[in-house]
Amino acid sequence: MQKYSIFSLARNALSRHENWREAWRSPEPKPEYDVVIVGGGGHGLATAYYLAKEHGITNVAVVEKGWLGGGNTGRNTTIVRSNYLWDESAGLYEHSLKLWEGLSQKLNFNVMFSQRGVLNLAHNLHDLRELSRRVNANRLNGIDSEILDAQGVKDFCPLIDTSLTLRYPVLGASLQRRGGVARHDAVAWGFARAADALGVDIIQNCEVTGILRDGDAVQGLETSRGTIKANKVGVVVAGHCSVLANMAGFRLPIESHPLQALVSEPVKPVLDCVVMSNAVHAYISQSDKGELVIGAGIDSYVSYSQRGGFDVVEDTLHAVVELFPMFSRMRMLRQWGGIVDVCPDASPIIGKTPVQGLYFNCGWGTGGFKATPGSGNVFAHTIARDEPHPLNAPFALDRFTSGALIDEHGAAAVAH
Amino acid sequence: MLLIPCPWCGERDVHEFHCGGEAHITRPAGADTIDDAAWADYLFMRQNPKGLYYERWNHAHGCRKWFHVVRDTVSDQILAVYQMDEAPPDIPGRSS
Ligand SMILES: Cc1cc2nc3c(=O)[nH]c(=O)nc-3n(C[C@H](O)[C@H](O)[C@H](O)COP(=O)(O)OP(=O)(O)OC[C@H]3O[C@@H](n4cnc5c(N)ncnc54)[C@H](O)[C@@H]3O)c2cc1C
Ligand SMILES: [Zn+2]
Repeated sequence: MQKYSIFSLARNALSRHENWREAWRSPEPKPEYDVVIVGGGGHGLATAYYLAKEHGITNVAVVEKGWLGGGNTGRNTTIVRSNYLWDESAGLYEHSLKLWEGLSQKLNFNVMFSQRGVLNLAHNLHDLRELSRRVNANRLNGIDSEILDAQGVKDFCPLIDTSLTLRYPVLGASLQRRGGVARHDAVAWGFARAADALGVDIIQNCEVTGILRDGDAVQGLETSRGTIKANKVGVVVAGHCSVLANMAGFRLPIESHPLQALVSEPVKPVLDCVVMSNAVHAYISQSDKGELVIGAGIDSYVSYSQRGGFDVVEDTLHAVVELFPMFSRMRMLRQWGGIVDVCPDASPIIGKTPVQGLYFNCGWGTGGFKATPGSGNVFAHTIARDEPHPLNAPFALDRFTSGALIDEHGAAAVAH
Repeated sequence: MLLIPCPWCGERDVHEFHCGGEAHITRPAGADTIDDAAWADYLFMRQNPKGLYYERWNHAHGCRKWFHVVRDTVSDQILAVYQMDEAPPDIPGRSS
């Protein structure tokens, strides 16, 4: 791997930046691998990286039907935090947040992780109680989390309208100072480059069309670029997980919905933290380019259209303008949608499936970007050892049979 | 924005409707004898197809009646509307 540094930048400046090497190879698929990962989003690429890095399994391919990060990874509003309610989730999301904290150095790629603080607003007494409960649970799990009153919110984020005349006045908020945002594309590219350097083949424009089985065991994949054999296959395809499960002959408790986001024209820095509100359903931050990054809600119906309804955007902008009156004259530049894989308990599914050697990592719904490094890390462990890491063991598919659901609707209420 | 064809009120803005999700899920018989896997299948497992989808809608801010819709989940095009007590219709030229 060509190391990126101030020196390599200076050296390449001398040759007008014409001699940078490609960040990863684009090899033809080999007929057989030890492990094939389906889905070249952040989670799939992180899985491949950790398989090679921590488990010494380097005969690995990542197959992606489009381009790297072209799914939800490159479409999300990039909020990173770990303030979830239950112990199981705290373990998983905090594991991930810790990995974020050293990620740029580890990958030698600037993922622009910016711990600018995440506010979750309370607009009524119930919100305040619910947030206090969550903050207390977080602290018991060793996660930084605090409660602010309305004045505290105003001090931390002066732009927010905290006057009592609001239809939904701001009564307080929870704050996770270690939370923030990261650059989504860079996460996909950083993991891809580091995985490639360890020998992983990254194969784009390669759609999986069938899953080959020998009895109860997986044998490989049928793809648009031919058959690829493998005794272990990890599927990380977000909104398309039911389609892949269908190829393997089982069903998932997942429904796929459009989720939208939009960005404004760029302006000077005005908002230096992330603000989320469950009650009015809005979440907003400002990118380093100066655009306001605004996330909307999901459409209520199942759809793979990768675009959502305008009514959803309208509702979101109502809420944003109510909280931040000064944004009322901002113009929105772009709007887009992703397909999110929504699970009944708002928690992911990571682990084994009814097919031997076939592993699924899905159900992250509206909130899996924050978990990218942690999810890849525990999923690689699950695939390498054919048994879950202690952190993802509670997130097995069979919790829907045992009833041990991990209900995170409170922490995941606003699609983020 | 989708226009949903309510069988009683005609095409109306999706905002007026509540989407009731996958249609034709029947509660398994023998509630006290079936196993956990059968319950999980009924309660949680879904088709979630990429393509033809049979779903329920309720005209919540209109006539408040329920009905079935066949929609293509890739294009969101609505292909048929039918009553709650009707069997799912075949869509000519389409399997699923
Ligand atoms: C608008 C929006 C805002 C969001 N905001 C946040 C946020 O603020 N914070 C947060 O934590 N999360 C957020 N999320 C959720 C987050 O984006 C996802 O949970 C996460 O990025 C999922 O990553 P992934 O790698 O699993 O999936 P993806 O990035 O979607 O990758 C899956 C890949 O699989 C590929 N694929 C599918 N089918 C096949 C096939 N048959 N063969 C080969 N490849 C296939 C797809 O092309 C895709 O590239 C948001 C999502 C959206 C849409
Ligand atoms: Zn009607």
